Amino acid sequence: MASLKALKLRIGSVKSTQKITKALNMVAAAKLRRATQLALAARPYSTRMAEVVGSLASRVTPGPQSPALLAGTGKDDTHLIIVVTGDRGLAGAFNTNIVRNVRRKADELRAQGKTVLFYIVGRKGKPVLQRLFPKSIIAEFDTSQSRNPTYEEARAIAKDITDRFAADGVDVVHLAYAMFRSTLVQEPVIDQIIPIAPSSAPEAANDSAKAGVAPAAVEYEPDEEEILTDLLPRNIAVQIYRALLENNAGFYGSQMTAMDNATRNAGDMINRLSIQYNRQRQAAITTELVEIISGAEAL
Amino acid sequence: MADLHFELVTPEKQVLSEDVYMVVVPGSEGEMGIMAGHAPVMTTIKDNAELAVYRSAGATPEKIRVSGGFAEVGDNGLTVLAESAGE
Repeated sequence: MASLKALKLRIGSVKSTQKITKALNMVAAAKLRRATQLALAARPYSTRMAEVVGSLASRVTPGPQSPALLAGTGKDDTHLIIVVTGDRGLAGAFNTNIVRNVRRKADELRAQGKTVLFYIVGRKGKPVLQRLFPKSIIAEFDTSQSRNPTYEEARAIAKDITDRFAADGVDVVHLAYAMFRSTLVQEPVIDQIIPIAPSSAPEAANDSAKAGVAPAAVEYEPDEEEILTDLLPRNIAVQIYRALLENNAGFYGSQMTAMDNATRNAGDMINRLSIQYNRQRQAAITTELVEIISGAEAL
Repeated sequence: MADLHFELVTPEKQVLSEDVYMVVVPGSEGEMGIMAGHAPVMTTIKDNAELAVYRSAGATPEKIRVSGGFAEVGDNGLTVLAESAGE
């Protein structure tokens, strides 16, 4: 049985923990609003971009001259996974979920005899991946200095990636992040960004077929190939930017929920401890009274 | 003649979405004026060039500087995707 003093200390410490979680909860809620706005504002651009690239890609038959970003290198031996996580913890299972998803994918690829490399964006992905797959992390990008991801950052990452794609013999690039569905739900996903996933191209072609657009009717200036060469690197930047924003929004959503739970748990704990404290105090008083009375009777 | 639906989108936000009379797009292979009913075209845009948006026939155009973008004309009007856009 803990002593009265120990209980009192315990209650005090839980109370200050609760203060912290409550404050973090409110901070996350405020930041979440901004992050959600940004993520939603970026969606039209990236959807349009994906549509355009998809429909262009379906119209260009990949040949030896076509850009490697579109057609790939013709092999799929080396896979690079860009892992986007949050920079901070205290967000429930948010970072863990992304990393677990990546790990599953990496194990799967390794089982097929492929080489898997990682490019880390955000601080929280590194420790676990470094332990699981030592020497596989080729680079990391520090986002901890900026409050909200900017397009400039995304462009810098994309440039780094495309350079490495050309130089390091990487064949396939995946992008792993958490999709922001709602405050409560963030879904970890892995998208293939280089080469353009084969599934997206037929889909886009179907869309334009549905809309009744004859594919041949569009005029290209300059021709398809040149537009594509111009567009593809940009598309990668856009997809990364989107991932950063979705991730950011998801992170704050997750943090808000986690901190809300923590605050509530701390409240429950304080209640329980207070009851225990009061009972013990009462027991001590009763014992004291009994002692006094029996002492008086003995006289 | 019906108005041209014009959308200007950057990664940060949707800058414009409205019906206008004509937009002059500085394509990388030459400027073109796009009005409603234009044939489907896709073109890259010259870096750091100006879009001229005519709200109505004969009106003074509103100039919007865009960089790193491309324009697409489809059934639902003109869409300009630019990396940055400032008035």
